[in-house]
Amino acid sequence: MCLAIPGKITSISGEDPLLRTGKVDFGGILKEVNLAYVPEAVIGDYVIVHVGFALSRVDEAEAKQIFEYLREMQELGDLQEAGAGAAPAPAPGPSPP
Amino acid sequence: MKYLDEYREAGGTHQLARELARITTRPWLLMEVCGGQTHAIVKFGLDELLPRQVTLLHGPGCPVCVTPLELIDSALELAARPDVIFCSFGDMLRVPGSTTDLLAVKAAGGDVRIVYSPLDAVKLAGQNPAREVVFFAVGFETTAPTTAMAVYQAARQGLRNFSLLVSHVLVPPAIEAILDAPDRRVQGFLAAGHVCAVMGWEEYLPLAAKYQVPIVVTGFEPLDILQGVLMCVRQLESGRAEVENQYRRAVRQAGNSPAQQLIREVFQVTPRKWRGIGEIPRSGLGLRDAYAAFDAERKFGLAGRGVAEPAECQSGLVLQGKIKPHECPAFGTRCTPEHPLGATMVSSEGACAAYYRYRREP
Ligand code: SF4
Repeated sequence: MCLAIPGKITSISGEDPLLRTGKVDFGGILKEVNLAYVPEAVIGDYVIVHVGFALSRVDEAEAKQIFEYLREMQELGDLQEAGAGAAPAPAPGPSPP
Repeated sequence: MKYLDEYREAGGTHQLARELARITTRPWLLMEVCGGQTHAIVKFGLDELLPRQVTLLHGPGCPVCVTPLELIDSALELAARPDVIFCSFGDMLRVPGSTTDLLAVKAAGGDVRIVYSPLDAVKLAGQNPAREVVFFAVGFETTAPTTAMAVYQAARQGLRNFSLLVSHVLVPPAIEAILDAPDRRVQGFLAAGHVCAVMGWEEYLPLAAKYQVPIVVTGFEPLDILQGVLMCVRQLESGRAEVENQYRRAVRQAGNSPAQQLIREVFQVTPRKWRGIGEIPRSGLGLRDAYAAFDAERKFGLAGRGVAEPAECQSGLVLQGKIKPHECPAFGTRCTPEHPLGATMVSSEGACAAYYRYRREP
């Protein structure tokens, strides 16, 4: 029900801020989406879309965080496996902002 | 698809599961609030990747499932009227009312239309001035700004033939009701990411502090969910009870303020009955007096009836995490997705349907 999926804004139209709409690309399928709730979003941005409304702009830098965390964890695991006697403390998880 | 596929990658989920196993020293009971997360957990078998000591309970987070029976009955009554075009999201069509469902009303000639967006219903109202267009406004805070916009635009356009049958519910009061239960077992929560994309996560701070439970705002993909569980267990293991945000790519602390503004403009907080659970104070949204003309219950004189729920269905216990679906005696026998007794068997996000589909053998 709260299903919302990310798509890329390919065009924006509408002068009235409440009627601001755009075409959003979901892996090749284009849909018309109301952009009134993401006034900051521009063409090329990814937005999270729910029942025809963009509710949030995807933050690229934040989106990468988990992969960096996984990579660090992996490297740490490799280090520990290499048998460095005093293993370093485990990497801290992402802390809240 | 970008921002979707990479969060389903199995290597990462296993890595997170290993880390979780490494840090877990005691049994912990967590609850995911959102039905979308329940669906993903059962579909991807994420609960089976968890260490034995970590159990996920499935919460009340499926608005389809908790829409009270009397509102379904009201929907059925409206949909059967010849002057009404009844619009709904697709997942409401098979939810059983006391006697039938919307799909059957449609088959019998009712003008029931599945819409993708509430704005489609506004458009229909503009195109059919001689008919009454009613939209079944179901959903959490995620969906509330979209129906708020529909009403707001209908008001601006001066449409008199558009109204909402409102069944909007709010997440924090439901969490609080679960925390207040004397036999509560839940020790930590995964909060629903898309609800928080709209509302932010500040309203969870007092809950985490008062009940001393960690609450982690979590996304919907396998990597998100496992990281959310990991963050929650890490808090529990170290004795912390904070609100953390796993889903930072989409959720900001203050949420989406234009969306909140429009929700406040159109709706006010009301008590609301949850199917299977009962009334929870201040747990729903209803139209403000200024928008009363768009309230289908008032317009058609429907409000205020009580309907008993089928005694056999234990969905209330399922929704509160007190039993797992397959512990219900009717599960998979007298109750299946083809012949559901309760809404948790109808909606693909209902825990009973998810178990039936992906986990027939418990
Ligand atoms: S299996 Fe059917 S009857 Fe049992 S709790 Fe779930 S929906 Fe209700």
